[in-house]
Parts: sequence; structure tokens; C-alpha cells
Amino acid sequence: MKNHPCYSEEAHHHYARMHVAVAPACNIKCNYCNRKYDCANESRPGVVSERLTPEQAAKKVVAVASTIPQMTVLGIAGPGDPLANPERTFKTFELVREAAPDLKLCLSTNGLALPDHVDTIKKFNVEHVTITINMIDPMIGAKIYPWIFYKHKRYTGIQAAKILTDRQLQGVEMLDARGVLCKVNSVMIPGINDRHLLEVNKAVKSRGAFLHNIMPLISSPEHGTVFGLNGQRGPTARELKALQDGCEGEIRMMRHCRQCRADAVGLLGEDRRAEFTTEKIMEMNVKYDVESRKGYQAKLEEERAAKTAAKPSDLTKRANNGSHLKLLVAVATKGAGLINEHFGHAKEFQVYELSSGGAKFVGHRRVDLYCQGGYAEEGRLATIIEAVSDCHAVFIAKIGGRPSAELIKAGVEPVDRYAHEPIDKATIAWFEAYLDRVNSGTIQHEERGDAAIRPRALTSAV
Amino acid sequence: MPFKIIASQCTGCSACEPECPNVAIAEKGGTFVIDPKKCTECIGHFDEPQCVAVCPVDNTCVIDTSLARYQGPA
Ligand code: SF4
Ligand code: SF4
Ligand code: SF4
Repeated sequence: MKNHPCYSEEAHHHYARMHVAVAPACNIKCNYCNRKYDCANESRPGVVSERLTPEQAAKKVVAVASTIPQMTVLGIAGPGDPLANPERTFKTFELVREAAPDLKLCLSTNGLALPDHVDTIKKFNVEHVTITINMIDPMIGAKIYPWIFYKHKRYTGIQAAKILTDRQLQGVEMLDARGVLCKVNSVMIPGINDRHLLEVNKAVKSRGAFLHNIMPLISSPEHGTVFGLNGQRGPTARELKALQDGCEGEIRMMRHCRQCRADAVGLLGEDRRAEFTTEKIMEMNVKYDVESRKGYQAKLEEERAAKTAAKPSDLTKRANNGSHLKLLVAVATKGAGLINEHFGHAKEFQVYELSSGGAKFVGHRRVDLYCQGGYAEEGRLATIIEAVSDCHAVFIAKIGGRPSAELIKAGVEPVDRYAHEPIDKATIAWFEAYLDRVNSGTIQHEERGDAAIRPRALTSAV
Repeated sequence: MPFKIIASQCTGCSACEPECPNVAIAEKGGTFVIDPKKCTECIGHFDEPQCVAVCPVDNTCVIDTSLARYQGPA
């Protein structure tokens, strides 16, 4: 578990996962999905993955894993529901098990067909199953799912939602009974299931789910989804955080989910798809070398251990500054826990909550690339500032004069003096200085407003 | 009356293909088509036409009224 990039905030920077799209059919309909695109549960709306046969998929997986030794996890997610296509899904697992036995397998599902396949999942030694559960109350479910297809029949309304929730919760219990880890994803839909997700959180926890990931609804008319077309909005950053905070303690929450593309290749966020198109892969002749992968991963483990060991001393320092003040800061990073991205190149910012307890990672803010090959588009700057406008400061490796001035005007302090330093140390050092300034009366602490969750998919993939 | 798939609306998701009790559905150039000679509207097998029930796009699997035998005398 600690090396699964999707489940550990820290492993995220060191290990990679890969998804293949082999299962295009689905057995339910979600109001936030447009079936022309990928399954919105696992990916971002409006994104299309390349569809592969199980044979192509297995070959791609082996090719990628041989090139990128950090690649340790293979997932089958959308488009479609992997368990509505059990033959293709399990054939892919079978082929990958043979060719690359050290890879961990995971899969995502809407849960409707899950109880029928739990034993096969166990047989393939699948490490984790992710179920998207948006409700446990069929009245609410009826507003999210117009219909399901179950046992040769289409069900609609409350009846459909009742069957779905029963099957989902039964699936969670069955996985738990067989020792297969179960993660739950929920899409937060303001006005429909936002408060209800606290109950979902309790229900899945009591049935053995180990992680609950609450994702914001990403909705806009051009996605062509029911919610997009009827103007259903997604949550703001503050609403999302409040709900995540409300669930915390109940179960481990996952805040670093970026709703990545289902076929993203490479370290999370760093997209290397172009190197591995189906054409190129079918031509490749790959030798899969488990031993060299192991060696590489052992080295990675040492580096991680060294990094983690360096932490405790800072913690004591921050513990006694005695302030109850809490604030958010945004960080531009390419990974490895460092402030190492230029403002103009950042595709997303990591947001940390600073308090006397330390720096706590609380989420991501996606922004489109501000600097497109040297041209800084005026509108984009405003968009980025809007995305981080609930933060007191933005930490970057470097920033231009104009963006810097605009940030200051918006009340967000640009901080570039900690370039290439570890995020936790740097933000805490800044926070302590901030508190000193507040205490000495140099500045006054003010609460910041809310920020927008960017509705548009990240289109500027490299 | 056999069903047909309106190709311009079909997402090519393949959901209908394995559901057809008569194996009447097959892929053709990215979308799916129904063989009118094999389609029985699922009568005798299921209460509702399976392709219609599973298709994510409404009004994509529809009765093919364009066939000559459904046209009234001219
Ligand atoms: S489960 Fe996924 S593919 Fe199926 S309708 Fe919902 S979002 Fe779309
Ligand atoms: S109506 Fe039934 S028999 Fe005809 S194509 Fe659809 S699924 Fe097959
Ligand atoms: S279920 Fe509908 S959209 Fe999917 S392949 Fe069949 S006709 Fe096309």
C-alpha cells in the first residue's frame, strides 16, 4: 500500500501507475457522464482514451514497465465499467500476470456487477478495488443515476438506485471478507449529495473500506452531460475542503487525487503517453526484467527513507509557536517534495494548510499552462490567480515581474526565495516569519475568500 | 420488425453486442450494426429489446421502419 502512487501522498512522487482502457461498455448511466468520453468516475469528463484489446493492453503495459521502473501499478478503469466487460478485463489481468508478475493490479467499478466478480478478483490477486459510491439513499440516487441495466432489464428512478446501492455495499463487504482492499470514490454534487456524503463515509467505513476519496463534480455545458447541460455546478474549493475535513477521522481521506486520465503513463501528472502509442508499442520488442526493476526500486526506497528521517526536528520547532492561526498556501512543484516549478510552467498547484501543527497537504488546484512557449496569455493569469485566491502565498521556483505584481495586487504573496527547497521546511519557515510579522504588528492577518475549482479539463497535455 | 442502430449516434461502446440473444450485433468501422435477418426484437428471450435497454444513448437502437415491407403501398 505505501508504494501505491494513488493512495499515498508521498509515494505519489516516487512511483507511477498506469491505466489501460480495455472496457468500453457500461451498465449504468450517471448524470455526470457523457459516454462519448471516458468514465467520468475515474477520469476527467471530456477525455477520450485509446481503446485497446487485452493483447494490445498487455503489450503496452510490459513496454511501459520496462522503460519506467517506477511503474508499479496497473489499473483498469474507464471508459466504461471494467466489470461490465469482465472477459476483457480479466483477460488483460491474466496476460499481464504472466508477462509482468511483479506489477500490482487494481480496478475501478461502479459496483453494480461487483458481487458477481469478487471471487475472480481475489483469484487474480487484485490489490485494490475502487468503487464509486455517491449515495446510500435511493431518493438521492435517483437524482444522480437515470437508469441501470441489471439482469437483462433497464431499471429507472428509485428502484434503480436501490439496486445499485445494495449491490455496491454488498460488494464492499464481500471484498473486505476476502481481504481485498477497497477504496471508495465519491463525486461531490452540491445540493444533491454534498451533506449526504458524510453518511456514505460512515456506511463504507463500517463495511471495511480503507480509503475514501471525495472528488469535486466537474461540470460544464460543453461536456454534454446531464449535469453540465442543466447547469448543475461543482463545489468550490472551500466547500470541498469542508466536506473532506468533516469526513476526516472517520476514515483515511485522500486529497491528492487529480482525477487523472485513465491512460496516463508515467509519474502522476507527468504525462508520457506520446512515447507509447499503440503503433510504437506493437513494433517494440521488450524484455521484461524483474530483477533490474527490483534493484531500481530498492534504491528508491533508500532515498525515501533518508528523506523521511530528516523530518522530526522541524516538527518540534513549530509545535511551540502557540498560535491557532491556520492558512492555506499554494506550491508549484514537479514532484520529489520540492518547490521546483516555475510559476509560468505550473499545470497545477499543491495546496497546504499551515498551522502550528505543521504543513498539511489538502489538495490540488489545476490551472492551464500560463506560459505557452513564451507567450503569456492575459486571460490565463487571471484564471490562475482565481484558482489560488484562497491562499495567502504562492511558492514557486521562479516568477516573472508581471504575474508577481498581479498576485500581490490580488493579495497573494509570491514567494520565490525557497526555490528548490523541500516544501514542508520552506512553507513552515515562511509561516513562522509570517506569524512574527503578525505578532510584531508589521502586518495584519486577514482571512482569504474562496477559490474556484477549474471546470475545464487539462488540455495542454505534453 | 428488426431494430437498427443509428450509426451517427453510436459511441461504439460495445455494450449491446454481448447482450443480443441472437448474436445479431457486430462492429463495423468503429460503430455497431444489427443484422436485420437475425434480430427478433428479443421476443421469446426477454421482456425488452436488450440493445435498447443497455444503450447509453437514447433513441439510438430503434425499429427500422425504412425496410420496404414496413412501407405502406405507394
Ligand atoms: S459508471 Fe462511468 S462510464 Fe458508466 S455511466 Fe457512470 S461515469 Fe459513465
Ligand atoms: S432487439 Fe434484441 S434481437 Fe434485436 S438486435 Fe437488439 S438485442 Fe438483438
Ligand atoms: S450500446 Fe448503443 S452506443 Fe453502445 S455500441 Fe451499442 S448502439 Fe452503439
